[in-house]
Amino acid sequence: MTNTEELVKQLINKHGIHRNSLLPVMQGVVKEESYLSDEAMIEIARGLDLSAADVYGTASFYSFLYTEYKGKNIIRICKTITCKMKGKHKIVEAIEDHLKIKKGETTRNGKFTIMEANCLGWCHKGPVMLVNDDVYPEVEAEKVVEILESYC
Amino acid sequence: MKSKEFKRVDLIFDCDGCQPIDVVKKALKMSRDQVIKSVIDSGLRGRGGAGFPTGVKWKFAKEEESDVKYVICNADEGEPGTFKDREILDIVPNKVLSGMAICAYAIGSKEGIIYLRGEYNFLLKPLNQTIDIFNNSLSKIGLDFAIKIISGSGAYICGEETALFESMEGKRGEPRNKPPYPTKAGYNGKPTVINNVETLVYTSMIINIGTKEFVKLGTSDSRGSKVFSVSGDTPKAGIHELELGLNVADFVAEFGDGDTKAVQVGGASGFCVPRKHFKETIIGFEGIPTGGSMMVFNSTRSMYNVLNDYLEFFEEESCGQCTPCRVGTQQLMKGINAVKTGEKSSDYLDQLLRLTETMKIASKCGLGQSVANSFSSIVTNFREEMIY
Repeated sequence: MTNTEELVKQLINKHGIHRNSLLPVMQGVVKEESYLSDEAMIEIARGLDLSAADVYGTASFYSFLYTEYKGKNIIRICKTITCKMKGKHKIVEAIEDHLKIKKGETTRNGKFTIMEANCLGWCHKGPVMLVNDDVYPEVEAEKVVEILESYC
Repeated sequence: MKSKEFKRVDLIFDCDGCQPIDVVKKALKMSRDQVIKSVIDSGLRGRGGAGFPTGVKWKFAKEEESDVKYVICNADEGEPGTFKDREILDIVPNKVLSGMAICAYAIGSKEGIIYLRGEYNFLLKPLNQTIDIFNNSLSKIGLDFAIKIISGSGAYICGEETALFESMEGKRGEPRNKPPYPTKAGYNGKPTVINNVETLVYTSMIINIGTKEFVKLGTSDSRGSKVFSVSGDTPKAGIHELELGLNVADFVAEFGDGDTKAVQVGGASGFCVPRKHFKETIIGFEGIPTGGSMMVFNSTRSMYNVLNDYLEFFEEESCGQCTPCRVGTQQLMKGINAVKTGEKSSDYLDQLLRLTETMKIASKCGLGQSVANSFSSIVTNFREEMIY
């Protein structure tokens, strides 16, 4: 049994074999493997007795459930107007400069992916950055490198 | 209509009063009908933005015959400019839980679920700890009700109640046709009360301080106070609880930076109020209803950029299920770009305004219907900024 098969099996055991488990199972896979590989989606479909197309169709609806390869750490920067007004582009530039990749791309070593996100709910403390589940409000361009280093 | 004077209130975050669990005990001493009557009489309307009378919603759910009923707390706060639900869940989570428990008692439910947006996953750990303790206290006082959290996965549309149910059922978050309404067939097809985080806290406060005290605040259409999320060009960004019914001029006097050009009331799906309308615009259901998002813009900001940002947001977050919304948001975005670059004449803006009217009538849910709000209020009031 591959690691992915094992992981899917564990998650389905934990959440139960019914449709309502689909999102928690997919979230669990993304947490461990950072994205939903074809193998994972096919395993989930098999385990929950759904079609693989249905699993893919559901996953592709949600911006946190990736169906393409992503880095181990996902960096999200809020791009909504109030964070824009507080200079989110400086943060994006600082990260792009440090990691030598552009928005939407993943570093060669697979450690980081940079993304922009819609309102993250910190408008009074913009610009805001999420790294995985950790939040960094009022983040400064000078501090960004230091923060990212802590995930290496 | 006369507006109320600017007044700060401290109901939500005040922690000096009694313990939230004691409020549940107090509710348990009342009859279920008395609890519902108190909430109806308070005039409390949903704080998520739509403003449905909360007590009436509870009454409908209570009247349904079913072994299984759900109480759901909608914590899928995603409206640009809104962050109050996160603060409430962070600072006074027990008050939210007590509101859910009171609702559960009133309608006869055993299961409560908080649907927390994926962007707030950092709240999961502390919130789960609070919930464990609270669930324990509930069983001690003899209320058969337990709360758990379901996590979202980054979709604004899942804040729409029926899309939220779909998401919880493991499907794409596409809104359902209504009726049937959630109180009849909601999560898993069972009667469900779904309330916003802030609404639930107010129900608990109403039981605590009594209907009489609560109705002293606000106006006949907009009872009580409301938590506002203030952001943008303001020296006082943050969470502020204010009495409802104030006008935008008083709001700007308190929160503006002295050069306020416009206030976006209600986020991307709300209305843009220009300086000339500050005085006559009431914040509340008789004027502009709001989920609490107040974005302040000063005269250095381009309203074209603001509108462009909102449209980009809607275009990305439209679930794509119905054509008016899916295609409409794309065309509006293309349209204002074409006018700005001179590819289309300024008259084209009027065609776009007609398109938003169509979207308002033909879109299936609130997302597509409300694009017209920000679009028409910005284009009408700042037309020259759209063109030049």
